[in-house]
Amino acid sequence: MATLTEAPPPLAPTAPQAEPPRRRGRWTPYWLLLPGMLWLLVFFALPMIYQASTSVQTGSLEEGYKVTWHFATYWDALADYWPQFLRSVLYAAAATVLCLVLGYPLAYLIAFRAGRWRNLIMVLVIAPFFTSFLIRTLAWKTILSDGGPVVGALNTLHVLDVTSWLGWTAGDRVLATPLAVVCGLTYNFLPFMILPLYTSLERIDGRLHEAAGDLYARPVTTFRKVTFPLSMPGVVSGTLLTFIPASGDYVNAELLGSTDTRMIGNVIQTQFLRVLDYPTAAALSFILMAAILFMVTFYIRRSGTEDLV
Amino acid sequence: MEQYEPDRLTPPQVAAMRRSMRNGRAAMTRRSLLRASAGGALTLGGLGALSACGIPAAGKTEGGTSAEDHSAKEETVSFSNWTEYMDVDEAGKHHPTLDTFTERTGIKVKYSEDINDNSEFFGKIKPQLAAGQETGRDIIVLTDWLAARLIRLGWVQKLDPSNLPHAYANLSGQFRSPDWDPGRAYSYPWQGISTVIAYNKKALDGVEVKSVSDLLDNPKLKGRVGFLTEMRDSVGMTLLDMGKDPGKFTDDDYAAAIARLQKGVDSGQIRRFTGNDYTSDITSGDFAACIAWAGDVVQLKADSPDIDFLIPDSGYMTSSDNMLIPNKARHKTNAERLIDYYYEPTPAAQLAAYINYVCPVDGVKDALAKIDEDAANNPLIIPDKAMQAKSHAFRSLSAKEETAFEAQFAKLTGA
Repeated sequence: MATLTEAPPPLAPTAPQAEPPRRRGRWTPYWLLLPGMLWLLVFFALPMIYQASTSVQTGSLEEGYKVTWHFATYWDALADYWPQFLRSVLYAAAATVLCLVLGYPLAYLIAFRAGRWRNLIMVLVIAPFFTSFLIRTLAWKTILSDGGPVVGALNTLHVLDVTSWLGWTAGDRVLATPLAVVCGLTYNFLPFMILPLYTSLERIDGRLHEAAGDLYARPVTTFRKVTFPLSMPGVVSGTLLTFIPASGDYVNAELLGSTDTRMIGNVIQTQFLRVLDYPTAAALSFILMAAILFMVTFYIRRSGTEDLV
Repeated sequence: MEQYEPDRLTPPQVAAMRRSMRNGRAAMTRRSLLRASAGGALTLGGLGALSACGIPAAGKTEGGTSAEDHSAKEETVSFSNWTEYMDVDEAGKHHPTLDTFTERTGIKVKYSEDINDNSEFFGKIKPQLAAGQETGRDIIVLTDWLAARLIRLGWVQKLDPSNLPHAYANLSGQFRSPDWDPGRAYSYPWQGISTVIAYNKKALDGVEVKSVSDLLDNPKLKGRVGFLTEMRDSVGMTLLDMGKDPGKFTDDDYAAAIARLQKGVDSGQIRRFTGNDYTSDITSGDFAACIAWAGDVVQLKADSPDIDFLIPDSGYMTSSDNMLIPNKARHKTNAERLIDYYYEPTPAAQLAAYINYVCPVDGVKDALAKIDEDAANNPLIIPDKAMQAKSHAFRSLSAKEETAFEAQFAKLTGA
């Protein structure tokens, strides 16, 4: 007891000197966080709460909507629109895989082989962003038009016979079929795949490749054992940046698709704007969000990459 | 032992402990921050907050419909219209008809093209109107069904006929008494819209199209036919083709029309349902024929000789875009004067010559002939008697019907 009461005095002289700067610094991080937090609160948290509330309301425009905790909306929405959910996931997954297959070699080329062309190729990758998303998608209608050269060539080569047999296209056309929608999604989200891939490939030390060669690894082995594992963060963030927006997209399905290619984004849009069934639209949004969150969590766990950069 | 333990702590050690109290546990770590924000979100998202945000009943707007009319003091009027729905001079900067109005009356027009889509615009103005606040707009232009909905909800103001002498006298017969606004107490048409069948001669390649039945049944057109996402146009044309009157049909008639369209979807006859983007499909020949809006067809025909239109024997659908004055508008009288101005033959003709929609004003033909002879003789712009006789309007729907019908149509289009 006596020792305890005696202990503080030696500290006394140092304490006043140390305290003031700490007190000031203590709140700084919070102040710096404030704008971001406010932003999240106003544009993320509040709309989410509003939507969550809407999804359990019942009523009509004339009578007003009241919260009745009508959770059945979720089951009804899922029962009615599961095909569109499934389709969204399939299309988005197909587009993501295509983006990876197309984007990886290009990112590899830019990172290791492009030399002085590197900047030019990067600009070419990003250039489409200078025009509107809508215009770029509409351009595909001209490219894939029934009488156009692309479809003509595909018909001559009998490619469309194969894709028709697979159910990806219908008859001798590409537009208004699943293939067109997946192509549109792939095209529109390709830069989101290439950029993260490039960033993580570019960071790989070239000497690692030399070291692998010195240890008698063939190029394929070098890629499999060295390059690809080191580029995993890029692969994971690229696939996420492609898959997540693609599964919620509705523009491609609207413009390049038909009645049997509608995705969940189209359903939400129609329910919200045309049918004016706000609760169903809100419930569908939440189901989509939960489904994506679940899939992404599972994916990140499996790929074992916790840090995405 | 216990007595000695504190002894072993040297002053620097104690200081370190204190520091760690402040900089360690108490200091902000990522985890504590996450916990704190999650806690905050939970509190906010609590059940109370969820129940608190219901949407008030639409019809019960409080505070009345009219606002104090500032027309005399503020010589201005704010006019919200669709894009490319007004005459523009060569330089693309001025709207000659609006300029004439300002010259004559001294009322400045704040013209904005901020309506792109009925449903979207409804979403935009709904919160203000439902809460009984002003929208900042004195005139808005909306298609029949949405105009009907706003009137039903009590969100627009009754017009004062004494300010509308020309409009009253010159409104064309076929637009005079829609069932949703008998005698035009709340609305006046801006332009009429005819829904017809457009075709691409080259893509048809000799296949004869005369009716909606041909679109739905001719196997030679499989996968090359388009319908509109606008429910009233697609279903209306189908109802007419089935011999029903879109002005008074029953639930069963509607279901039958949907079933008929569904058959076309299932068999792959209908390629897709489109909004305005059908214009690129019909020009490229991906659509051989489709349901189309006449105003677009006039334009497409001018650009491409392959495109033409036809009116089925069973008739065609006509709707209109209507000028309305929303609740709480600040310049009601000015707005009414502007509406009336567009019912004078000269400005109406100038407008019709420029935008190619159905002109809802009688007695415009001579004035229009002076500007553009072809336009004056085009039945799609100035409908003749035969044309008017084939015109049909979709009946107004109750809120319940509207939701049910739109839901059925949404199923048909795949969502």
